[in-house]
Amino acid sequence: MSNERIVGIDLGTTNSLVAYMEGDRPVVIPGEDGLNLVPSVVALDENGQIVVGSAARKYLIETPERAVYSVKRLMGRGVEDVKDELKLFPFRLADDLAAGEVLRIKLSDKTFTPPEISAFILRQLKRNAERYFAAPVTKAVVTVPAYFNDAQRQATKDAGRIAGLEVLRLVNEPTAASLAYGLDKKNAETVAVYDLGGGTFDISILKLHEGIFEVIATNGDTHLGGDDIDNLLITIALHDIQGDLAVDVRRNAEIVQAIRKAVIDAKIALSSEEKATLDVALPGGGRYQRQITRAQFEQLIQPVIDRTVGPVRQAMKDAGLTPKQINEAVLVGGSTRIPRVRQLVQELFERTPHSGLNPDEVVALGAAIQAHILAGGSEATKEMLLLDVTPLSLGIESLGGGVVKIIHRNSTIPASATEHFTTGVEGQTNVAVHVVQGERELASDCRSLARFDLKGIPPMPAGLPRIEVKFLIDANGILHVSARELRSGKEAEIQVQPSYGLTDEQVENMILESFDNAEEDFRRRQVIEARNEAETMLTALEKGRKNPAWQQLSSQERSNIGKFETALRAVVKADDYQAIRTAIDALNQGTMHLAELMMESAVGTALKGQNMDTADVGEGPESPHPIAQAEIER
Amino acid sequence: MALTDQKKTAQLDSGILVVNQSRPTKVNCWSCGAMRAAHFCQECGKVQPPTPVDYFTFFGLPFRLNLEPEKLEGEFYALSRHLHPDINAINSDREQQWSLEKSSQLNDAYRTLKDPITRTEYLLRLQGVQLEEQSKAATEEARRTGKLKKQVVPPDLLEQVFELNMQLEEMRMNKKMGEPDRTLERELQDSKKHVQDRYNGLVEELHAAWNEWDALIDRAEQGGSVLEDDRIAVRDKMVDVLNRRNYLRNLLRDIDEVLEN
Repeated sequence: MSNERIVGIDLGTTNSLVAYMEGDRPVVIPGEDGLNLVPSVVALDENGQIVVGSAARKYLIETPERAVYSVKRLMGRGVEDVKDELKLFPFRLADDLAAGEVLRIKLSDKTFTPPEISAFILRQLKRNAERYFAAPVTKAVVTVPAYFNDAQRQATKDAGRIAGLEVLRLVNEPTAASLAYGLDKKNAETVAVYDLGGGTFDISILKLHEGIFEVIATNGDTHLGGDDIDNLLITIALHDIQGDLAVDVRRNAEIVQAIRKAVIDAKIALSSEEKATLDVALPGGGRYQRQITRAQFEQLIQPVIDRTVGPVRQAMKDAGLTPKQINEAVLVGGSTRIPRVRQLVQELFERTPHSGLNPDEVVALGAAIQAHILAGGSEATKEMLLLDVTPLSLGIESLGGGVVKIIHRNSTIPASATEHFTTGVEGQTNVAVHVVQGERELASDCRSLARFDLKGIPPMPAGLPRIEVKFLIDANGILHVSARELRSGKEAEIQVQPSYGLTDEQVENMILESFDNAEEDFRRRQVIEARNEAETMLTALEKGRKNPAWQQLSSQERSNIGKFETALRAVVKADDYQAIRTAIDALNQGTMHLAELMMESAVGTALKGQNMDTADVGEGPESPHPIAQAEIER
Repeated sequence: MALTDQKKTAQLDSGILVVNQSRPTKVNCWSCGAMRAAHFCQECGKVQPPTPVDYFTFFGLPFRLNLEPEKLEGEFYALSRHLHPDINAINSDREQQWSLEKSSQLNDAYRTLKDPITRTEYLLRLQGVQLEEQSKAATEEARRTGKLKKQVVPPDLLEQVFELNMQLEEMRMNKKMGEPDRTLERELQDSKKHVQDRYNGLVEELHAAWNEWDALIDRAEQGGSVLEDDRIAVRDKMVDVLNRRNYLRNLLRDIDEVLEN
């Protein structure tokens, strides 16, 4: 097992998490705020600095033009794909977007592509992990919705690269969840993972057998989730406000965001309460108030959650299984907290769904397990192996615009197919190939992945060249293509023009532009953190000098402390975090006796009837005493 | 192959039955030098470079059509544990590339062999048969353009298919006019059931052909002689069953389309 830690990341529509295998259990790594969830919100502050997570949330309400959320919906998509999204989401696209270009989103006066915005979130998670380990993190397993197509997967991988993370594997979210679910399962069983998140829906049917997690079928909708429920409620509220109060606030981004927050709170409340109230302050001092009962809510969201039924039935059909043959239906994703959703799952699988997992965290925990497996595994994971499938059929456009399927959906990946092409005209030296993904019969109804030009074919009579093209879908679900002309034995040259997505060059440039180059950034943060710790320590020492305990030290001890202090002050302004750490450690050692004496006197005071809290023992238990951490830390 | 003493007849097996199946010769492991099997080294576990082999040979199987699904599955899992990219994720770039190619080979082979129909089609393709219905491209192109694809109606079905097509046509007309005809619908349901029974019945015919084929393989493997005519006869029998099967499948799809709409 390599010594570098590989983390598992759930890059979610609404929230993102980073997790790691500690011993033989996966754990979520909290952020600096102590919270496991990092909201997938990115903002550009007044100083032009990027803010991510909870801190970015306030910009959503106060200055929405500086913030963006649910950017996952835009990953790997073109401007023509997102027309519908734009009606419902306050995405502000750059004004100068050309057709076929990767989307750019405006944050104040700057523009960023969806992979760059996702990279900001990934970078925050990377930072949280580095802070936790006090060591650089450069490798990760990142989860994607199972139903993500090639372009969406590629965009996620690009985001990783921009963030300075080598994405060792993209894992499908429901599959990752099944790893966490099946970690302790020893018996063979068939499970269905129903994953309804903030913006995506996946259903995966898996066979668990002696540590092998074999996906049999998967289906889903990459634009279906809690967001859609929120949008229904927002639309009603906006309609109410316009009707009853005769105020049109649809163009008022701040109010819309305030309403959005209110409906999300109401939605969450309605999972445990019978009714909830929307209460939003309107411009001009008015208020919008409305009560929603659970019955009304359930009736309202029924059409949204019914959209999961088709994919579930299709997946079951593809797996060749009936509900009776499923041993467990596992719930994943925040939206499965909604009682009506649980009821629907119960109806579909004719059994009470398994809700023992934390639906927000299970995907990240599974990603951590997969990261651990890739790193070489341990006793707990050595038998575990994940066999996933490609969610969509891969095809080639035929003459007349039809599609010839070459790798069918639900094929175990890696999977490959070899196709032969020839020329139609005498002396033709180029052949164009259009690769699409999807289940429809017409190429125009499928997702265009790429157009290839097979070039440099030796001039021959029409139909004589035989160009062999190999299509290979790797374990990430990403397509690779290679070609060869068989008669001349020449490697045919392929120019891949991805239909959507960044070119390698663009990604490289983004990495260069990004100030956060892994090593340098890690070093800089370490310096800042070491300095902060040194400052806290020096302040505590000042206090210590005023403590009666100071007088109990020998003059030798006091002189030593003075020397260590001078040494620390000498390096604290320098850029060498290791030097600062060494000086901190020295001072720590030197003040050990002082700290003990201070503790004794504090305990002594407490025994005399004083309150321990008022005794001066430094910063108090909330922030561990920098001199004598071990004694006071709870 | 014990064909030597029968060279006088020209109808002997051309060798396609077994000779083509080159057993992977044992080579030394590139990493530790020990003798290895085809896919990974038994000594050090390292994945070995991919070689182009047919799917049967990949699994170390003879070209027999009867096989035990559980055994194939077990072999698939066992090989996955050595070949999958996840197992080789932190190995050298070269090993990762081999692992990617070998595991895609493994998955393609397993997918093809585990399904009885694709297994048969694959074997026939190895035998040099271009199944008429094999190119889905042609089928879909025909369906899309509305042109009839050249199809041979199985003779024993001719009469029934003729009638069925009339019913389908009438049903489509009725639907267009918005006057669904319940009697016609019931008749069509009956016809569907009949076609479905025929379709299901083909499995037995296919299994009978498999057994004949496997007997030839067994004979060849045990050193017996196989007549070229026998091989071709069984091969063509299977081609015939598959063609009829495909024809019926398309017919069922058409019926379902009309009934559902």
